[in-house]
Amino acid sequence: MSAKTLYDKLWDSHVVQQRDDGSALIYIDRQLLHEVTSPQAFEGLRMAGRKPWRIDANLATPDHNVPSEVAERSGGIASIIDDVSRIQVQTLDDNCDEFGIKEFKINDAQQGIVHVVGPETGATLPGMTLVCGDSHTATHGAFGALAHGIGTSEVEHVLATQCLVQKKMKNMKVDVTGTLGLGVTPKDVVLAIIGEIGTAGGTGYAIEFAGQVFRDMSMEGRMTVCNMAIEAGARVGLVAVDDKTIDYVKGRQFAPSGDLWERAVAAWADLVSDDNAHFDAVVTLRGEDIRPQVTWGTSPEMVAPIDGSVPNPADIGDASARAGVERALQYMGLNGGIAITDIPVDEVFIGSCTNSRIEDLRAAAAIVAGKQKAASVQRAMVVPGSGAVKRQAEQEGLDKIFTAAGIEWREPSCSMCLGMNSDVLPAGKHCASTSNRNFEGRQGFGGRTHLVSPAMAAAAAIHGRFVDVSKL
Amino acid sequence: MKAFTTEQGIVVPIDRANVDTDMIIPKQFLKSIRRSGFGPNLFDELRYLDKGEPGQDCSNRPLNKDFVLNQARFAAASIMLARKNFGCGSSREHAPWALDDYGIRAVIAPSFADIFFNNCFNNGLLPVVLDEAVVDSLFDRVAANEGYQLTIDLAAQQVITPEGERYDFDIDANRKHRLLNGLDDIGITLNNADAIRSYEEKWRAASPWLFDSIK
Repeated sequence: MSAKTLYDKLWDSHVVQQRDDGSALIYIDRQLLHEVTSPQAFEGLRMAGRKPWRIDANLATPDHNVPSEVAERSGGIASIIDDVSRIQVQTLDDNCDEFGIKEFKINDAQQGIVHVVGPETGATLPGMTLVCGDSHTATHGAFGALAHGIGTSEVEHVLATQCLVQKKMKNMKVDVTGTLGLGVTPKDVVLAIIGEIGTAGGTGYAIEFAGQVFRDMSMEGRMTVCNMAIEAGARVGLVAVDDKTIDYVKGRQFAPSGDLWERAVAAWADLVSDDNAHFDAVVTLRGEDIRPQVTWGTSPEMVAPIDGSVPNPADIGDASARAGVERALQYMGLNGGIAITDIPVDEVFIGSCTNSRIEDLRAAAAIVAGKQKAASVQRAMVVPGSGAVKRQAEQEGLDKIFTAAGIEWREPSCSMCLGMNSDVLPAGKHCASTSNRNFEGRQGFGGRTHLVSPAMAAAAAIHGRFVDVSKL
Repeated sequence: MKAFTTEQGIVVPIDRANVDTDMIIPKQFLKSIRRSGFGPNLFDELRYLDKGEPGQDCSNRPLNKDFVLNQARFAAASIMLARKNFGCGSSREHAPWALDDYGIRAVIAPSFADIFFNNCFNNGLLPVVLDEAVVDSLFDRVAANEGYQLTIDLAAQQVITPEGERYDFDIDANRKHRLLNGLDDIGITLNNADAIRSYEEKWRAASPWLFDSIK
């Protein structure tokens, strides 16, 4: 038998039917549902008179439209101010109730961002296929699961058939060797990778993140990296299963226990790429070369190290590349050539499916402890990724550290990553954000996003500009 | 799903690389629980000078006259010409819904982002990949000729120019068959229900922990 990559193994174990044009029917073990991309799928089922194929494969929770402010949250769905948002969250409840799908509702203690809730409840398990109507579903690949985002028609397809029609992707290995320097985090690693291969560099590939840096990384860190595979164009990001994976999953609500646990762990031992497995593309970075990263433009590939500067369009030879940079700088209100550390910071957002887990909040709190938010920073907020993360952080006193510094402590939600709830970045404001996209208008109409790690965002809140956390 | 056979129509150029789905349809319009009605908000932030809200009457909003969708010569366009990595970012199917609702039947680009590309096929919208040099040339011709039209013949897998050139494009056989006949993907899959059940039985025996844990 020829050597296989982790992706090959996951794919092969889920093929229901191979078709002669290269596509295949793939079995889906888990579907996570949220309020934004599911209503039309449920409506499609109803109109066709279909039922979900397997109720127990699904888990739902509202996250995008859910308010993060205590007051707007307190009355449950009824207190959501925006009429359209309220209807959408209510529709998820109605659909889950009608079809009997397990849902953590808006003020359930386990509600949170789907990509935080899945792993922390054990709904995400190694070796499974997992989909969700959300491009950041690659997050779950941190567990050696084949996970990717799908559209709403595919959400409906999975509900109705437990399968997806897919074409096998190519294999890419991103090898980050050595060790990371002080203050350099998983977010910096993935931003550096995107800077290296570009926002379309991974298109058509499943990326396996391999190398010492990922072996040394926590599960939270691996989730941050896999989460942003899509920002490099890859629908799938993967990390091989090891003891950290097993330790993380053990004892979680939906994880197996007893004899079943022993059997599962034995099966998961194979969830690594074989020696000599073939990768269609290999990218290598040295961990020691990666510095804290800050995006300066309107695509995640427009990124620079903290000691770098914004590019000067005049230095770019290729006309279309130059036009792209000029347009980005115009939108961002930045002059070409300025130092990253000279970019002003008006707001700070710490949260999102990329960086709202307990380790992220600890890293931010460690920077903030005993300090005050800069007067020039008009608003800074921390939005935990789930009810469980929030409670854990409060037990550790992290909330007090943030609020004492003048930083707001919110309720679990996608919040200002994309501003579908009331948390919107005002036009023209620069935001240091731990989220995943710096697209035009992403955090709010005219808003200017700079993607950074939680530590870098926290430091920006204290200093009112980007500072090198490795030197604090 | 509506069928796609042949489309002849005016070409509207979106001359920038890495157009993301946030740009195609901004987040506030994703709050809708319907599949239709997104057309007036296609490229909302580029198309209007104010911030759009869901449910708003767009007919009185201030227009960005420089944006192509507001130029009379492209008003009846049904084919969009785009640059590389079109549709990157969010998986929102609202992006193809908005293009379809506006009246776009096909998008031609040197490359597409994977999720958007998949989503198009589930909505009778045809994404066509052509060589970058050909796309460059088409951009020039669209700019030079008001009312420039292309014909896309799916059966022949060709883009046909008014100058008489025929550019071949690739498409998976199953996708082509579905588009040509407007077939519902779920119905096709359910024809294989026995194969799914048989797989499921074996998989449950091998990996019982993946079943019945969420109740």
